[in-house]
Amino acid sequence: MPELIAKTALAGKKLVVAGTTLAEIDHGAVRSIAPYPGQELAVGQALLPLGFGFPAVNSFAEKDGALIAWAGREQAFLIGADCPDLGGLAAVTDQSGGWVSLSLQGPLAVEALARYVPMDMRLAAFPVGAAARTPLYHMSMVLMRVAEDGFRLMLFRSMARTAWHEIEVALKTLAARAA
Amino acid sequence: MRIAGKGLIDRSKPVNFKFDGKTYQGFKGDTVASALLANGVKLVGRSFKYHRPRGVLTAGSEEPNAMIEVVGTSNQTPNVRATVQEIFEGLNTRSQNRWPSLRFDVMAVNDMVSPFLSAGFYYKTFMWPRAFWEAIYEPIIRRAAGLGSLSGKHDEGHYEKAFAFCDLLVIGSGPAGLMAALEAARAGVDVILCEEDRLLGGRLLSDDAHLDGKPAAEWVAAVEAELRACPNVRIMPRTTVTGAYDGGQYSAVERVGLHKGPRPDLPRECFWRITAARTVLAAGALERSIAFPMNDRPGIMLASAVQSYLNKFGVVPGKRVTLFANNDGARAVARQLMAAGVSVAAILDSRSDASAVEDCPVYLGAQVTDTKGRLGLRAISGTHVGGEFALETDLLAVSGGWNPTLHITCHLNGRPRWEASLAAFVPLADAVPNLTAAGACNGAFDTLTCLTEGAAAARAALAALGVAAANAALPTAEGMPYVIAPLWQVAGKGRAWLDFANDVTTKDVKLAAQEGYSSVEHMKRYTTQGMAPDQGKNSNVGALAVLADTTGRGIPETGTTTFRPPFIPTSIAVMGAGGRGAGFAPQRFLTSDQASRDRGAPMIEAGLWYRPSYFPKPGETTWLESCNREIGYVRGAVGVCDVSTLGKIDIQGKDAGRFLDLVYTSMFSTLAVGRVRYGLMLRADGYVLDDGTTARLGENHYLMTTTTAAAGLVMRHLDFVHQSECADWDVRFISVTESWAQFAVAGPQARALLNGYLDQPLGDFPFMAAGTVSVGGVAARLFRISFSGEEGYEIAVPTRYGEALFRDLVARAETMGGGPYGMEALNVLRIEKGLITHAEIDGRVTAFDIGAAKMVSAKKDCIGKLASTRPGLHGPERAQMVGLKPLSAQKITSGAHLFIPGADLSRVNSQGHISSVGYSPMFDRDLGLGFLVNGRARHGETVRVIDRLRDIDVLAEVCDPVFHDKDGEKLRA
Repeated sequence: MPELIAKTALAGKKLVVAGTTLAEIDHGAVRSIAPYPGQELAVGQALLPLGFGFPAVNSFAEKDGALIAWAGREQAFLIGADCPDLGGLAAVTDQSGGWVSLSLQGPLAVEALARYVPMDMRLAAFPVGAAARTPLYHMSMVLMRVAEDGFRLMLFRSMARTAWHEIEVALKTLAARAA
Repeated sequence: MRIAGKGLIDRSKPVNFKFDGKTYQGFKGDTVASALLANGVKLVGRSFKYHRPRGVLTAGSEEPNAMIEVVGTSNQTPNVRATVQEIFEGLNTRSQNRWPSLRFDVMAVNDMVSPFLSAGFYYKTFMWPRAFWEAIYEPIIRRAAGLGSLSGKHDEGHYEKAFAFCDLLVIGSGPAGLMAALEAARAGVDVILCEEDRLLGGRLLSDDAHLDGKPAAEWVAAVEAELRACPNVRIMPRTTVTGAYDGGQYSAVERVGLHKGPRPDLPRECFWRITAARTVLAAGALERSIAFPMNDRPGIMLASAVQSYLNKFGVVPGKRVTLFANNDGARAVARQLMAAGVSVAAILDSRSDASAVEDCPVYLGAQVTDTKGRLGLRAISGTHVGGEFALETDLLAVSGGWNPTLHITCHLNGRPRWEASLAAFVPLADAVPNLTAAGACNGAFDTLTCLTEGAAAARAALAALGVAAANAALPTAEGMPYVIAPLWQVAGKGRAWLDFANDVTTKDVKLAAQEGYSSVEHMKRYTTQGMAPDQGKNSNVGALAVLADTTGRGIPETGTTTFRPPFIPTSIAVMGAGGRGAGFAPQRFLTSDQASRDRGAPMIEAGLWYRPSYFPKPGETTWLESCNREIGYVRGAVGVCDVSTLGKIDIQGKDAGRFLDLVYTSMFSTLAVGRVRYGLMLRADGYVLDDGTTARLGENHYLMTTTTAAAGLVMRHLDFVHQSECADWDVRFISVTESWAQFAVAGPQARALLNGYLDQPLGDFPFMAAGTVSVGGVAARLFRISFSGEEGYEIAVPTRYGEALFRDLVARAETMGGGPYGMEALNVLRIEKGLITHAEIDGRVTAFDIGAAKMVSAKKDCIGKLASTRPGLHGPERAQMVGLKPLSAQKITSGAHLFIPGADLSRVNSQGHISSVGYSPMFDRDLGLGFLVNGRARHGETVRVIDRLRDIDVLAEVCDPVFHDKDGEKLRA
């Protein structure tokens, strides 16, 4: 019997520049959940055992390693948890392999993103707990703010190398500016 | 020469740099201009047209004369203003637009023939013969007239782009800007303060003003310290705001590494896009010259520049200074020079009623009518109320008054207002929404009013933001009124320059008016005034005053030309930062990417994806050999190809079938679960949008595939249709393109391969079946579809298993006489089978054209159906898809046109074109797909294939587009 080896997009790559860390996160299972018309409350109820409901627009919630993030119009991503049965309530798809998840944490994180993200990322406008669909340079992204200086990024898996390269350039540029 | 104790340079840090090959020494904080002037270098450039010797005129980014090339190891930057470029150890610069040297420039012969080179000279002279313009005249003129030169190489420098957001953007850090920033900072709002110079302070540093009874620099330092301690304030020195755009957005260019020299990872410049809720424009004002005869010699500078060099750099570029002015400002400059121990020959005040009391001779009612000294000013002469004067002087400081730096207020189409008391244009309020001009850029020319207006503008902004103001106390300052009597030009024998950078004189402007170009916009284009890198900052107002004088209209009636972004010359490189080479677009890589590259496959771009072109084997010398071998795998054994790039859209919901019926031409609601159907999608205008297969995975669950090229387009189309036509339907869809790695396994041995590989052998799995299978315990999806005409399957696994599956499938195929195939082989296989790609459905093609009219279901409506029935979209006049087979084994090409043999080869006789061509080993010749007028009725006819770009003239037989296995027996085997 064949044995297929699973690989994440960047094989757990990690980079530290001037105290800021960029690292691939193995996000485990990712399920898109799109409630059918009028079913958002019911979907939220079904999710409650996980410790959160269906996320409001531009937000995410985390509980015991599981995470649910708003990911677009009438759509959320459930990450790192088994999806409860939402038959008839929502369309659910497996998105696990379609994305690369990156963590960007440290003093340069906000400024590094400001090189590519055309969005107001001041804390008042994009606080901890906020999520957004926004571009990273030419790439579409789900961006979550996990801390004042910490972000979680999800990008198309196929673009992982480009995304990594862009953020690496930004971090090194910022470090060179400060030197 | 340097003045002891003056200037904001660091005299403990000498810096060496080169200009025209010679090494000079300046100090940290010097610009190239200040360091050259300190070294006694007055001649720094040659003018654009007449190659006149030129020196430094200003001390800012508006400099029209002192433009130099900065030569780096990998960059050569032309037209750098020496007044902006800070020196650093190893900086290498040179003068431009001269040959063989700056002191001896043979093109200066232009100056001798200048009477012939007036405005419009080229238009009038090089009219005939017409053909000579591009080939002969223009190249010669371009070589003779010009600015800096480029290296001809790619600019591989590192540039940066960034976004910033704030509540209040303050543009400029003079008294008005600092006061505005301070007020807002104390109120706690987010402030961005942009300053073009390396130091905050603006004119406060140049003027040597006093605030609170102390030197202004002390107040500036205190304010800067307070601002730097505020977490809500971002100070951006060396940053010029270059444009105002809709929605409170501003562009700005920051000089990041230009003053440091090359360092790893340090960008040269950064292009900022700043979004501000409110903006205070405190950009100051620019002094203007007076158009007196021979006013362009090295050694003739603006009075404000002389003052800046004295107070900011401790440099006075002359031993015996004369001032020529029509306002009071120059008096302060004279007094400061004398206080610094510099000899002032005279103050020439053009006003006859001004005060004559100074510690130096004052000539009233004075006008300079001639100057002497070709490479540097030696003497001037002129008239005054008492008669004539002649003075030996090596530095003439001129002030013709001040122009508010209001450019940005005009970027959204606003026009400035002429203020006669200032003899200057001032900005209109609200010309840019949420922007307030304060201080000198608003026509306030004294320090006290600048401070007051800056604070008031910030308070107004705070009120608009709903934040209480802190009401910061103003320092005490001078409130001297600005007294000016306009003087635009002085009559005399010599030429009087308005636009130094483009060599435009008062005579040129008068000539333009004489010849009918009396509108300011026409005059500008006829004379080129205001079209140089300084964009007329030094000359616009003077030129239109001369034009107004010539035409007898007033200045307000004459008006100004339009100020457009960018405010300063901006490198294209910084605007395109990060976009060079591979940075132009994201690169999308397949899970099989490394495996394909390991096999030496050259990659081709398909949209943003990289796909293997072919897989070369040892001994193969051309791609065609590899391609033919790979075709053999599929036709004879089994081939494996990564098809993950095709768009995959997961569609679910009770109305999923209904939704597909709406977007596809044929019926999908009736498709059985576990089956796949081919579908065609039309645009709203009735033309073909895309094609692909859709599988029904469950009662309310479909999986659509799209072409690689149109994956994003189709997703957008579905979104549009859903939101605009049926937002209330029970349907949800999402792209799963990246979630599944999918591989085609095709050929007579395909089933055998899968049976030996899958966890359970395939049972009954007919053509167009879809189902779930298991590979090494991993749940996979299997579709029996074919893009080659052979028995074909596509197997999809979650993406993280993609690479492993590809390597396994290829290894197994190789044991069965097959192997991987690339895009070249895939293309030939589908042409042999007559299957279309976007080469065929190129956006101008209808379902009728590709022979798929029957696929537009009569039983239901669909997007584009009605439009597709419009006259002209079907019928014998349409070019219809056909196959094309050359009569002999000759090459044909896609893009070639089709003609009836014997017909004249003219455009109107083209009967169609070829869209795809591949060499078919099966037929041992090129096969083509193409579109021929009434083509389906013309099978068997011979057409002439003409490609004039590639010298193709071949006869070909028109045939059915399906060359191979017309009845599909192999597919269904």
